[in-house]
Amino acid sequence: MNALPLILTVFVACAVEAIEALTIVLAAGLTREWKSTFQGMAVALVVLAAVTAAVGPALTLLPLSALRLGVGALLAIFGLQWLRKAVLRATGYKALHDEASAYLREVAAAEAAPKAAKRGVNDWYAFTLSFKGVLLEGLEVVFIVITFGANQKNVGAAVIGAAAAIVIITVAGIAVKAPLAKVPENWMKFGVGIMLTSFGTFWGAEGAGVSWPGNDAALLVLVPLIALTSAGYVFWLRSRQAAVRVPATESEAVSS
Amino acid sequence: MNRIKAFGAFWYDFVIGDDWHVAALVVAGLALTAILAHAAKVNAWWLLPLFVFAALGWSLHRATSNK
Repeated sequence: MNALPLILTVFVACAVEAIEALTIVLAAGLTREWKSTFQGMAVALVVLAAVTAAVGPALTLLPLSALRLGVGALLAIFGLQWLRKAVLRATGYKALHDEASAYLREVAAAEAAPKAAKRGVNDWYAFTLSFKGVLLEGLEVVFIVITFGANQKNVGAAVIGAAAAIVIITVAGIAVKAPLAKVPENWMKFGVGIMLTSFGTFWGAEGAGVSWPGNDAALLVLVPLIALTSAGYVFWLRSRQAAVRVPATESEAVSS
Repeated sequence: MNRIKAFGAFWYDFVIGDDWHVAALVVAGLALTAILAHAAKVNAWWLLPLFVFAALGWSLHRATSNK
């Protein structure tokens, strides 16, 4: 299979998570102290790299059908979580993730916290805030890198996609010196959810013992099919909302 | 004990997420696909996508029906 879909999916997924981590790192660095913030970020990146280096190659040693069954199930469940949230956000049932307000919340908390040195770190709060932010957002990326990379026997290509996204988002964040609030995060999450669900379904079914018609080419049908179905669910929820609003408006008109 | 609980809760939230029905339907779809493929020798490639579409629709319905 071509490595391009692998690199692109990991790149977009990683970009979304990097934007969220950047918001936390900026809040810690700009309101507390950059040195401790960078230390927290560096330690988190080392932990993430170690997990990728340890688990990624180990997974590739598993028999392919068992790997595809397990990883396919996890990817499909994970992808459906992303899709579910993206559809709920696109239809207004869930608030859109707003980096600007998330940044303000983090800044308020960072300004209120007392400054204390611990274990050789000048500002322990800035260190832990940055460490936790990068580690938690990065874990999802590591999961995607490992599962996609191991299944395609190409962890290196997945790491390239992730690293490119981190570099681009970091450079953009340094240039703007503010959270990247204008990036269409929900649509990026929609795209990642479609890819994760499609690949998870494809690999999971293969691991369960079926052969797809056309082999890998089946993905060219599966990806648009899952995208269309998700778009159909957005349309369905929006029309259901509109149907609820119309009688309410009519009853208001009658009563006035 | 609290740390173990928090650790378990973190991984549950990380893998399963907001609606465990989605995970249950995906696992059920995979199990049925495997049974059909191995026991009945049916190449049921179409079954898992149906479960995936149903899982998403059912979960969205559950999340929005009371709002």
